[in-house]
Amino acid sequence: MSNYTIQGATGEWEVVIGLEVHAQVTSNAKLFSGAATAFGAEPNTQVSLVDAAMPGMLPVPNRECIRQAVRTGMAIDAQINKWSRFDRKNYFYADLPQGYQISQLYHPLVGEGHLDISLDDKNPDAVKRIGVERIHVEQDAGKLMHDQHPTMSYVDLNRSGVALMEIVSKPDMRSPAEAGAYVRKLRAILRYVGSCDGNMEEGSMRADVNVSVRKPGGELGTRTETKNVNSVRFVMQVIEYEANRQVDVIENGGAVNQETRLFDPDTGTTRTMRSKEDAHDYRYFPDPDLLPLELDDAFLDACRASLPELPDAKRLRYENELGMTAYNAGQLTMDVDVYKRFEDILAATAIKLDKPEKAVATQVANWVLSVAPGVKNAVPDVDEANDTTGANAGILALLASDTVSGGQAKEIYEIVLKTGREPEEIAETEGLKQNSDTGAIEAVVDEVLANNAEKVAEYRGGKDKLFGFFVGQTMKAMKGQGNPAVVNEILKAKLG
Amino acid sequence: MMSNLTELTVAAIRKGVADGDFTAVEVAEAFNGNVAAADALNAFIVATPEKAIAAAEAVDAKRAKGESLGKMGGVPIGMKDLFATDGVQTTAASHMLEGFVPQYESTVSQKLWDAGAGMLGKLNLDQFAMGSSNETSYFGNVISPWRRNDANGVPGNAALAPGGSSGGSSSAIAARLCPAATGTDTGGSIRQPAAFTGITGIKPTYGRCSRWGVVAFASSLDQAGPMARDVTDCAIMLEAMAGFDPKDSTSLDMPVPAWEAGLNPDMKGKKVGIPREYRMDGMDDEIAKSWDDGIAWLKDAGAQVVDISLPHTKYALPAYYIIAPAEASSNLARYDGVRYGLRDLPEGAGLQDMYAATRADGFGAEVKRRIMIGTYVLSAGFYDAYYNQAQRVRALIARDFEQAFEQCDVILAPTCPSAAFALGDKTSDPLSMYLNDVFAVPASLAGLPAMSVPAGLNSEGLPLGLQIIGRAFDEQGVLNAGLAIEQRAGFTAKPEKWW
Repeated sequence: MSNYTIQGATGEWEVVIGLEVHAQVTSNAKLFSGAATAFGAEPNTQVSLVDAAMPGMLPVPNRECIRQAVRTGMAIDAQINKWSRFDRKNYFYADLPQGYQISQLYHPLVGEGHLDISLDDKNPDAVKRIGVERIHVEQDAGKLMHDQHPTMSYVDLNRSGVALMEIVSKPDMRSPAEAGAYVRKLRAILRYVGSCDGNMEEGSMRADVNVSVRKPGGELGTRTETKNVNSVRFVMQVIEYEANRQVDVIENGGAVNQETRLFDPDTGTTRTMRSKEDAHDYRYFPDPDLLPLELDDAFLDACRASLPELPDAKRLRYENELGMTAYNAGQLTMDVDVYKRFEDILAATAIKLDKPEKAVATQVANWVLSVAPGVKNAVPDVDEANDTTGANAGILALLASDTVSGGQAKEIYEIVLKTGREPEEIAETEGLKQNSDTGAIEAVVDEVLANNAEKVAEYRGGKDKLFGFFVGQTMKAMKGQGNPAVVNEILKAKLG
Repeated sequence: MMSNLTELTVAAIRKGVADGDFTAVEVAEAFNGNVAAADALNAFIVATPEKAIAAAEAVDAKRAKGESLGKMGGVPIGMKDLFATDGVQTTAASHMLEGFVPQYESTVSQKLWDAGAGMLGKLNLDQFAMGSSNETSYFGNVISPWRRNDANGVPGNAALAPGGSSGGSSSAIAARLCPAATGTDTGGSIRQPAAFTGITGIKPTYGRCSRWGVVAFASSLDQAGPMARDVTDCAIMLEAMAGFDPKDSTSLDMPVPAWEAGLNPDMKGKKVGIPREYRMDGMDDEIAKSWDDGIAWLKDAGAQVVDISLPHTKYALPAYYIIAPAEASSNLARYDGVRYGLRDLPEGAGLQDMYAATRADGFGAEVKRRIMIGTYVLSAGFYDAYYNQAQRVRALIARDFEQAFEQCDVILAPTCPSAAFALGDKTSDPLSMYLNDVFAVPASLAGLPAMSVPAGLNSEGLPLGLQIIGRAFDEQGVLNAGLAIEQRAGFTAKPEKWW
């Protein structure tokens, strides 16, 4: 779908990309302990005896974390393994109290699945399918703090033991744009499902980026893995940089080292973290503190029943049932907050107007996607609390019933955002209603034409551009409240 | 008679306290006195006489109010120092955890306190429960109260091993420092010391007793159990210790049977399996004889004896010495000097140096040996050949038992290949030390209940134990066969006090 290639001295190079996305599971408690998981708490205030790996402490799986991972797997059409097992990944580090991370190497909870990405906003139905290899569940580590003491590092274990899903894609992506679309789509699905808040700034979602290059259609090249990349933009930058770097290395007669790299957001470059020779031997083995995880049909059925309508299905429904353009449908369904706002306002508007949703869907979509954000961006001091579903629906109802013009709707919205007043009241008190009374408009038009006989003659003589002048004069005479459509219609009729 | 209180069993103490024959405080004081006078045995790492008295006072106060005293009401016990005890140093007999005072209580010890027991102190053991002689303890080896007689029946001076790893428990019970104690058994650590010291100990089915708060050695094998002077006391104490614990994922979610009430030495209609593979070449004659005695006693109790085969027995020990160290190497990774316990931070040291220094200093030689074995067998390239292969063997051993139990109800075998050996005898040869566990390890790998009961004394005047292995969850069958043997063995010997 994208013809992204690197143009090297020896010709074109194709880029092969796979992503391992770590998504923090939304749950109140950690994967194997009852400790809380809220972000931003004081260091070491959300640490149980288990998280600190005190002697004799044992992990107990948190059912909610398992449920969220299963639901996520179902949302990408993946194989759910009714029998899975936790393994220990052994290594020493100060942020890893147990001396091992409980993960799933041999028997992951979720097997193969896929998701569809689109690179064309205008044509979201043109998709490329990206395979997902597996999703497994594992513990997060704590955090080292190097800025607390001149010679020592401190350890914050609040994050220690928090549940992560590691979502491993197949090496199916071929461009930075595809990788960006994949992360955005995955994030959308996670947020729809509610299994991860997708907040990349807070580290709830981060990606390990695997990149290799090859001559188109040739053998796979040696890949590098760049760790812990925490924004869509950075993921794309890593790929761009790595692909070019690798082509340079190869074309200069070198070989790409299989290694782990780090991304430096300040320079947009990557550098070696550790090479294959220094790679840990993690000595994975099944965690003997835990029994295999066995899921029954009732649990799986409940997981499936709890899934919301997912982005692709929702987009198609918007197109087919609400008669929406593919572009609008795609934009509205890209994020959970956007579609929820749309659906809430749509329902409220339809009720106010006593019309089917389909009848007002396009107007509401335009409002939510472009009109409202445009106004909002221009208003410096928006009080979000004023931006209610009811207020938006109120404005849309006024607009749909021709009570106010598009311009008046924007003015009303601006006042709503600043003051929280009712749209109907604003329209009334501020004189922000349009006049659609044809008799009244005709009278004004007659007067305007009578006062500008010369211009009328010029217009009739072929100076079409003067039409705008007559509209302006009429609107001015009506203090801006004339319904523009009606004014246009009457002017056209009278001018012949 | 106050002087005789320390000769009483758990059942007798409980009854005496309940009946008002003596107070719980009197019992605690009597045992506290014995503990204080037995430093030479080195059975306790820490004595907690005040804890024993406080618990006893609580029991006496309950009795005064006419309240129920609990399954272990008024019985002071020893606590193996592998169980975390809130506010009391818990070391696993290691330098690594020297001075470590948990802010939590293990599930098993809490259950015992809730049942009315009191704590006399924390008992010595092999470091991190790794050992068969108690010589790996950082706090010095425990000495068995037993002495080996010479050919003329004169007791010698050689210090004998009390067995391990629960050697503090076995020594203390045999020497009447406590009527009962907790043990843990990973590959024989309850049964072997019980056999060495002429006491009784049962390792229940894996999962019966919660592992929460017990310092881990090998998670898939570790199992707590009671050690006491007789079968009845083991039944009583096991009932108090066992039970489902939601904090331990491997805990059995099953009700705790009334083992004490179910005790019945009548073996009529029961079949006892004799595994032919346990009769190994070069078996000690006296061990063989005590096994034959056991067979005769169970026949006398009405049982039918059948020959059975456990064909994979000879692979059990090698498999055990792969699986247990593998798990241990990972379980002991948490002792890194970062959060608690020993920290060696040489001048100018970085993180890796701190790890190296702390672990080099904090772990004893046997613990290091097992960490290295375990690390090796889990390494890339060796994992399949060792760890996976050992797990396959383990599955075959479990299947051996399943098939055997289609033909019999319990299995009778020796507990150990020999009586207690002298301290120092086997320290230079780890393999000969490991061979001590040869009869104990198969039941551990299969997770089955198994107990050791005293069968008699050998020609040197040292106790020998017989082992009974039962079906999973059939502790009752094991206890009943043990009781049948106990009643016929008539074992009343106790060590001459020399300490």
